[in-house]
Amino acid sequence: MSNSEIKKTDIKMAETPEGYEGNGFFATKLDTVVGLARANSLWPLPFATSCCGIEFMATMASHYDVARFGSERMSFSPRQADMLLVMGTIAKKMAPILRQVYEQMSEPRWVIAVGACASSGGIFDTYSVLQGIDKVIPVDVYVPGCPPRPEQILDGIMKLQDIVKNESVRRRNSPEYKELLASYNIS
Amino acid sequence: METNQVDFFPIVMQLILAAGFVAATIAISNFLGPKRHSVNKDKNFECGIESVGNARIPFSVKYFLVAILFVLFDVEVIFMYPWAINFREMGLEGFLKMGIFMLLLIVGFFYVMKKKGLEWE
Repeated sequence: MSNSEIKKTDIKMAETPEGYEGNGFFATKLDTVVGLARANSLWPLPFATSCCGIEFMATMASHYDVARFGSERMSFSPRQADMLLVMGTIAKKMAPILRQVYEQMSEPRWVIAVGACASSGGIFDTYSVLQGIDKVIPVDVYVPGCPPRPEQILDGIMKLQDIVKNESVRRRNSPEYKELLASYNIS
Repeated sequence: METNQVDFFPIVMQLILAAGFVAATIAISNFLGPKRHSVNKDKNFECGIESVGNARIPFSVKYFLVAILFVLFDVEVIFMYPWAINFREMGLEGFLKMGIFMLLLIVGFFYVMKKKGLEWE
């Protein structure tokens, strides 16, 4: 296949980061390369408890196709997941379970709160429902909607990709991050 | 063509490079990747629920004998299918041969019954 033929297909490559280019070499920051690799291979861990989960099923399926963003593989074990997607109402009894799942994810890990319930408790302003998962785990991206459309979930994932791309490789060892985890009582 | 041991040097280099690349990437990613260990994190993953008891307990493998016997007699049945298709062509000779074959297995079957191999309790 010649080069021009490849260009005709709609395969979208990741953009080349800023760097120093010369004849036969390319130099850039380690942060950028690691960020680029991480952002384009975020393996999701779906934590679907209600209707937002149904929307996520559509997001995973062929029409919306989350695989386009490098999230082909759904991970149902936290050990190989990077991105925890919490979709649905989290009851207070569910909170410790969610927390345990988050804690057992391998570093680095990111969290998206999908939908009103996960973000703030939504319409369930009641004694039994956790008023937003950020009460128990740190959240990186909030996706509004009740439930959000698959496009919105994809937008949330793209926002997270931006965060991941710009994250320093040393962030997880920084005192700020340790303080953040300590504020959630996660060691 | 004459070859001597020095000619294999590039292959050795390639092997070292291949093994070295694997070892180096594992080591470097181990070194670069952030890590965190805690009591909760290193627990077995049980879908977030507190695990109860120990997984290392002895349990009966009675089904093992049943499974092996099933495979044995299953194979016998598989042999009977081609025989059934070629029943006319093989004639009396085939019938006798299959008879001997099945007789041997039936003796085995009665042996299993006598040894109480199929009794579950």
